[in-house]
Amino acid sequence: MSERIEELARNVDAHLVGRVNRVPSLADELSYEVAAADLTAVCRTLRDTDGLRFDTLIDVCGVDYLEYGRDEWRTATATRTGFSRGVNRNAARPAGERGRFAVVYHLLSVALNQRLRLRVYCDDSDDPMVPTVVDIWASANWFEREAFDLFGILFSGHPDLRRLLTDYGFIGHPFRKDFPLSGNVEVRYDPEKQRVVYEPVSIEPRVLVPRVIRREHG
Amino acid sequence: MSEIRNFTLNFGPQHPAAHGVLRLVLEMDGEVISKADPHIGLLHRGTEKLAESKPFNQSIGYMDRLDYVSMMCNEHAYVLAIERLLGVTPPERALYIRVMFDEVTRILNHLMWLGAHSLDIGAMTVFLLCFKEREDLMDCYEAVSGTRMHATYYRPGGVYRDLPAEMPKYQASKWRSQKDADRLNEARAGSLLDFLEDFTRRFPRAIAEYETLLTDNRIWKQRTVNIGVVSPERAKQLGFTGPMLRGSGLAWDLRKQQPYAVYERMQFDIPVGATGDCYDRYLVRVEEMRQSNEIVKQCIAWLRANPGPVMIDDRKLRPPQRAEMKGDMESLIHHFKLFTEGYCVPEGETYAAVEAPKGEFGVYIVSDGANKPYRVKCRAPGFAHLAALPEMVEGHMLADVVAMIGTQDIVFGEVDR
Repeated sequence: MSERIEELARNVDAHLVGRVNRVPSLADELSYEVAAADLTAVCRTLRDTDGLRFDTLIDVCGVDYLEYGRDEWRTATATRTGFSRGVNRNAARPAGERGRFAVVYHLLSVALNQRLRLRVYCDDSDDPMVPTVVDIWASANWFEREAFDLFGILFSGHPDLRRLLTDYGFIGHPFRKDFPLSGNVEVRYDPEKQRVVYEPVSIEPRVLVPRVIRREHG
Repeated sequence: MSEIRNFTLNFGPQHPAAHGVLRLVLEMDGEVISKADPHIGLLHRGTEKLAESKPFNQSIGYMDRLDYVSMMCNEHAYVLAIERLLGVTPPERALYIRVMFDEVTRILNHLMWLGAHSLDIGAMTVFLLCFKEREDLMDCYEAVSGTRMHATYYRPGGVYRDLPAEMPKYQASKWRSQKDADRLNEARAGSLLDFLEDFTRRFPRAIAEYETLLTDNRIWKQRTVNIGVVSPERAKQLGFTGPMLRGSGLAWDLRKQQPYAVYERMQFDIPVGATGDCYDRYLVRVEEMRQSNEIVKQCIAWLRANPGPVMIDDRKLRPPQRAEMKGDMESLIHHFKLFTEGYCVPEGETYAAVEAPKGEFGVYIVSDGANKPYRVKCRAPGFAHLAALPEMVEGHMLADVVAMIGTQDIVFGEVDR
């Protein structure tokens, strides 16, 4: 298995040297990072080159790295009063090194039976943007609409970038890490107005199980 | 000359043929579709975000509710992803049980699909026949996990418990005579494996029965042949997987191409279509049921001969036995920690895919070393298929839209997530 992976990696390097950057992954997977500016050209090469032939785009997935590696309960160090308790919701957020949003593409070659993962970090602005790959793989259409809807990542050149999964008139991007799990609005039927009305949520967000990072065993 | 303009038709979201909550805005040119715009998300529950807020094990149940007619296959992808990150392999017996239940699930799914699809196109009887057989398989689910649908049976490191030695039995009541109960209990005298074996013996005859009703049926053929043709090249472009891809003539099946669990030891064939129309996809799925039946048989034979553990012996993953907890402090602590905090998964990312009945169901997990996943993304086959619906229905008649939704085997639990 890993021989095949290495062979594919050599192939990728031969055609895309300098434009993609291999990142650590599990032994039987192959993962690359690519700059947003190179994405379209790299994808085209991956699809059309012999030995690569990634004819299918399996998935496009937005990731918000805002809280990556942040735990809510320190377990490694104890103070004189014991381990920390509870959840500190106001902890300062560490500044992201690589930009907050990334888009992860999972490619599959049906012809050659191989897979590859591409990650693109978006520029660090309020409107993260990457170029679309719809004209390379038609299946990207809805996957990109979903990433736009849930993360607010813009795909420049997308023919029809509308919301997909959320309600008509929804405000915000729910899968961002700073969007509360219980949302911002709730609905109820108002008998006087005789319609469903939106109101701010009445439930207080709470953490049932704190997020814990332990290194000693996995 | 009077002005002629296209007619916009709203289909769904509450429509029996919409297979759940699909809202389809159709632009009609007479009775021909000129444009279709599916509106989805009416069943969006934010499964992925919910999973990110809970320890790994507590989200297994959410996976059942994605594609709610192929429950265990979804679980399989999720636990597979966790196992890959943890670097553990379940015991062999657990892998065989998983393969067996994956195939039981495939039959369950295809029966549901066949019944619903034929009902949409106008054949009532097949639906009733399919549900008769489905009932037995759901009883297997119930026997092994306690629930008929949302099993939560697969766990990282194996399966929740070993196969039961006896099947639950019907009881006589005010509404069911002793004679009826005895008849229903005939196949239930032995263990789950006996019951399933009996099913695999009966099932080919049931498939033959469905085929008698449909395969050469003139109405069925008129409704499906040359409807929704997708070329193999286009199918790959559109991200098709599973029967949708095989219907177009590509022999692509993850069980063969990228085997997981113990599929590499199973003997089975991959049916492929020739023209890529609805009729071919129907034939592919019917044949898949036969093949699944064969795989179940092979698993039963192996499972009978090879007893053993069904869960990895790792205290961080496996809950301790109840009896151990009564006398052993360590076990009590492990139990408490496992069910509250859970276990931490090493930092990394992985994508694990299984051949679900509808196509490639994949789970992409990013872990930052915590007891909860940092990001979970479920790649649902139906999502990619439905995205291609506008292209497939364009130029077809309104009635064919129903056939097309049916042939895609859409389930909104997984499309909307």
